Amino acid sequence: MAHSEHTPQAGGLKNPAVKRVLVVTAILSGLTIVEFILAFYYPANMSRNVLFAILTIFKAFYIVAEFMHLKHEVKSLIWSIVIPLAFIFWFIVAMLTEGGAHP
Amino acid sequence: MSTITVNKGSIWNGGQEPMKASYGKLMMWFFLLSDAFTFSALLITYGTIRFMNPAYSGVREEFTFSPTYWPIPEKVYEAVPFLHGISLPLVFVGIMTFILILSSVTMVLAVEAGHRMSQKEVEKWMMWTIVGGAAFLGCQAWEWAHFIHGTEAGTVMKDGTTFFGANLIQNQYGPPPFANLFFFITGFHGTHVLSGVILNIIIFYNVVMGVYEKRGHYEMVEKVGLYWHFVDLVWVFVFTCFYLV
Repeated sequence: MAHSEHTPQAGGLKNPAVKRVLVVTAILSGLTIVEFILAFYYPANMSRNVLFAILTIFKAFYIVAEFMHLKHEVKSLIWSIVIPLAFIFWFIVAMLTEGGAHP
Repeated sequence: MSTITVNKGSIWNGGQEPMKASYGKLMMWFFLLSDAFTFSALLITYGTIRFMNPAYSGVREEFTFSPTYWPIPEKVYEAVPFLHGISLPLVFVGIMTFILILSSVTMVLAVEAGHRMSQKEVEKWMMWTIVGGAAFLGCQAWEWAHFIHGTEAGTVMKDGTTFFGANLIQNQYGPPPFANLFFFITGFHGTHVLSGVILNIIIFYNVVMGVYEKRGHYEMVEKVGLYWHFVDLVWVFVFTCFYLV
């Protein structure tokens, strides 16, 4: 407990790291609110689903890059995580095709 | 990275961290990658089965539940605790979403405080993260209870009987797989939240006991933080797939 002030930098709004966290929080909340508006005031069709997908991927990017700090890791670690995710897109396309094949 | 200078000769002499991340952190990342595949498989299954079933084609205002087509999500999830009988589509799930985002924010602040070796602040923010996680679990318990008990009117099923709520065999909202997928996917995510809260409590206990203060770093908070953010990340996708599309 006696060592609680090791560095001069303190918490609170003056800390740039904390400021960054709050900016990302605002972005995530803003994107979620846009999703709600779309859910109620936009006709339910494929173009809305695409908009939802784009907004979701944006949110995912901010969570992984900033909250999970992946953006600030070394390049080899970033690619080790991101490249295998390509399989998910393959899976999505394959299963959507299969799902549509059975009316 | 001070160990590098000791092993000047070759990287094979050891003492170096691949990808400049500790073993534990790296393994947490690869575990989360595998978990991402599990959740993707579940959500893609949801998408596939959903598109195999007919969608509701009429006017949104005249929608009624029927086992013959997939329901509109905002008509299913429109109840809020203490506001019985009032239609508030997606309000409760919106509250849940913000609770989880905010508990992710407090987790980042705990990790940030850990970098500054500020034990008191780590304690404070870990505490709020645990509170947020528990609140989310409470909300989900209510959501499940409501989903299982159903609406007052119920739905007339194919055999002519009126059915209320949902179980794994039939449900009042739509085709049987609708409730099955709801239980399985939100349940699997809820299990992750539960284990995340338990991990957070263990780490919080260690923080309070000064374990990491003695160790000289708060990396365990970072590792459990990675898991916690992942749980939030999954919810972002579950939210889109179940409640919006």
